[in-house]
Amino acid sequence: MKSTAAKFKKSVRVSLGDPDLQRAMGFIKSGFVKNRRAAVERLPEFDELRRLARGIKEHTLQNLDFYLEAYEERVQASGGHVHWASTPEQACEIVVDICRRAGAKRVTKGKSMVGEEMGINDALEQAGLEPIETDLGEYIIQLAEEPPSHIIAPAVHKTKHQITELFHTHHARYGYTERQTEVPALVDEARQVLREKFLSADVGITGANFLIAETGSSVIVTNEGNGDLTNTLPRVHIVTAGIEKIVPTREDASTLLRVLARSATGQEMSVYTTFSTGPRRSDDLDGPSEYHVVLLDNGRSQMLGNAFHEMLRCIRCGACMNHCPVYQGIGGHAYGWVYVGPMGSVLTPLMVGLDEAGDLPNACTLNGRCREVCPMEIGLPDMLRELRRRQYQDRQTSRTSRTALAAWSFLARRPRLYRRLMGAAVASLAWLGRRRGRFRHMLLAGGWTSVRDLPAPQGASFQNQWRKRRGDAQP
Amino acid sequence: MTSEATASSTTEGHPLRVGLFVTCLVDLMRPNVGFSTVKLLEDAGCRVEVPELQTCCGQPAYNSGDFSDTQHIARQVITAFEGYDYLVAPSGSCVGMIKEHYPRLFSTDAGWRNRAERLAGRSYEIASFLHDVLAVESLGASHEASVTYHDSCSGLRELGIHDQPRALLGKISGLELREMTDSNVCCGFGGTFCVKYPKISEHLVSEKVANIAGTGAELLLGGDLGCLLNIAGRIKREGRDTKVFHVVEMLAGMIDVPAIGEAETPDGPV
Amino acid sequence: MNGSKAHVLASIRASLNRSGPLPASVARSLQARLARPRANLKPVVGADLTAHFTAQLEAVSGKVTRVASIDAVAEVVATHMRSYDLGARLVVAPDPALEGIPWSNRLSVERRAAAGDDRVSVTGAYAGVAETGSLVLLSSPESPTTLNFLPDDHLVVLREVQIVPHIEDVWVRMRSDKRRMPRTVNFITGPSKTADVEQTIQEGAHGPRRLHVILVSE
Repeated sequence: MKSTAAKFKKSVRVSLGDPDLQRAMGFIKSGFVKNRRAAVERLPEFDELRRLARGIKEHTLQNLDFYLEAYEERVQASGGHVHWASTPEQACEIVVDICRRAGAKRVTKGKSMVGEEMGINDALEQAGLEPIETDLGEYIIQLAEEPPSHIIAPAVHKTKHQITELFHTHHARYGYTERQTEVPALVDEARQVLREKFLSADVGITGANFLIAETGSSVIVTNEGNGDLTNTLPRVHIVTAGIEKIVPTREDASTLLRVLARSATGQEMSVYTTFSTGPRRSDDLDGPSEYHVVLLDNGRSQMLGNAFHEMLRCIRCGACMNHCPVYQGIGGHAYGWVYVGPMGSVLTPLMVGLDEAGDLPNACTLNGRCREVCPMEIGLPDMLRELRRRQYQDRQTSRTSRTALAAWSFLARRPRLYRRLMGAAVASLAWLGRRRGRFRHMLLAGGWTSVRDLPAPQGASFQNQWRKRRGDAQP
Repeated sequence: MTSEATASSTTEGHPLRVGLFVTCLVDLMRPNVGFSTVKLLEDAGCRVEVPELQTCCGQPAYNSGDFSDTQHIARQVITAFEGYDYLVAPSGSCVGMIKEHYPRLFSTDAGWRNRAERLAGRSYEIASFLHDVLAVESLGASHEASVTYHDSCSGLRELGIHDQPRALLGKISGLELREMTDSNVCCGFGGTFCVKYPKISEHLVSEKVANIAGTGAELLLGGDLGCLLNIAGRIKREGRDTKVFHVVEMLAGMIDVPAIGEAETPDGPV
Repeated sequence: MNGSKAHVLASIRASLNRSGPLPASVARSLQARLARPRANLKPVVGADLTAHFTAQLEAVSGKVTRVASIDAVAEVVATHMRSYDLGARLVVAPDPALEGIPWSNRLSVERRAAAGDDRVSVTGAYAGVAETGSLVLLSSPESPTTLNFLPDDHLVVLREVQIVPHIEDVWVRMRSDKRRMPRTVNFITGPSKTADVEQTIQEGAHGPRRLHVILVSE
């Protein structure tokens, strides 16, 4: 998917001023946030499970090459194929090639963020194939020709009214001419339209929440059942997954599943949790006859062992963005790429470039709520700060910022000069502001005063008053 | 209104020597917070000194990615304060910086890392110090007012400060604490964030102000002056009349000064 | 794309400061760990597995009907089909556990995988998980996957003794039954649903609209 992260500030202006979006984002607080808290409160073992989950992932990452090869062996033993891709382009080539060799025309898709990362839909269309998103949220944004705005609820930014119009426009060709305005009717119409696609698909592509080395299995977690219709009805099943999705055993996956659903939606278990291993067996009555796994690196291997290593523990639950006050205000499209919110602010600069996505690590108050709710205990604020450190080092920060910062640090390291200079400055400001105690405008502080008044300093600085009161006997 | 903190604050008969880290914002913008902190500590029996060679904890440089300058400033703070029994500051974010981040800044320098870790072990935010270390029993203060409390992010998430200021406020008779919706959600200050991304900051701070107004409380209290300046500035911009003070000003009984962003006039505060 | 495999593995090893694969002894111990998986922490589940299972499943709109014996199954199914006006055609999994059930002779019953226009299916299950209120179905000639997803209504015959406490117990049972992983292991916890329209939960997304477990105590 092509990044528009460089347009961050402009996108933010648009999203802050969009009443439909603001209303839609309100559902995140009343839904995801509330439900997660309730689910966590109901499970006394939650924090212990988080700690264990982190441990499982860390162990796996330290031995990632071993587990990937063990996984591949077992996929092959069950009749499946594993393909390795260093880049998104390679991954797309592999998928298109599999589809071509299968003589495919129509491809149904379960939700896969790696698929978005690869830009697989564009690649399929360019190869003359017809990709159809089947997760209702992904289907909606496919009709709207928009990118996802959340990693598990990709159409969270859309209002019911907008969805009504989309269906009315796009479903007419199937004979649905009535405008559906209520949720049950909308969902039912989508069910009927997509049912025909499921049944006529040649290839089904799903993502994977986990890949299990012990058995060569891939795991998907859904509520709609679309992932299962996608991996069962066509004659070819392709799984697209990042290399960091591996876990050692089914027991390890079970532990991670417990924290995944609760962190994502507040459910204790999603409706459908499916472990897929290989193609149909010789005596099966249904199922695809080919099973392919496409493993994508795209820079993940280079994150191992460095400052961004912890990001590889991410299980794509979405809790961080649900709880991020910045994300709640600006929505997902402002982040300009596949991954949004705090985890997106770390991954997007790493995957598309820090110069392209330079705003993302900075549009953050470092309030830490993301780390607090992350089931894998990922230190997101520290990684965002590390990205800022790289920007500073590479002189990507603005000249004004660097100058102001340099001036401040210069003074901060010279306490006596600081006391005299800053002391004088605040005393003057205090005098200027003595009538109202605040300023509506302040030279060089437009960023502050455009949004709020600037309280005036009280008077002489604390240090200067202290010296006066206590004399110079203090050390 | 009087305030007399009582607690045990001596070791082997000597009063605890506390180095006050006043913080740049308190030093420059609102010294009353510093004097309130001193009063609370002295009333609790501590001996308070204010090392001269302090200016800033280094967060602006640190959060802007300038780790080199941050290290210089950190060394300055460590050197100035390491001789005291405790470092105490009226700010969760500055103490969070010192406790959580100073040791990490010197991860490759064992000498400085050890000194940073020792200082970190002795550094406290004021409400936490009064409650968790000194176990102050009463403040001898009273004030009739309804208040609400904003939990600043660093103090809450890096230092676990939540119950302590509430427990201390509970010792002030006449005070009615009303919890706001989302008291622990960011107010949109975030250091340089609020001026680099003013529109997003505006979205966050106006929500915070709406939640404060939703309680109907007369006063807003909090533990970090950055947050309070941000919120008070927005309250005034919106023409609302909630008065904003730092929590230590209330605890020390030193709130007969204009609230943040207000001035005293012959006709009363504006 | 064999070139990419070597490239990816080399990149991983370089990042982990290794010049090659793990030392053989380490690899052996990790293989041993894979061969003898152990459960991590399992949350407390009460002693009454049936009650816990039922409560969990009912909380997410699964219907549970308890019957004393398999003889009662036919009546429950017939009643369900009448209540929801599901017509007279039923697809039943070719599962030996469902052999010999005296279906109502008003119903036409077929034993096969599902087709796109099937409205009702009846299957067995491999297990039930009390912790989560989930049914566990293993794909096989006796339990084709399409029966779990295509019809509007999915009814499952489960014996109480098949209910295990935790997810991990399913793996333990499969290992002791010497069951290798089939094409799919489905954990099913309620009817399908979505919240993609204004975060409003709506049942009956792409999978079944209704899930009805017939819990047999004998």
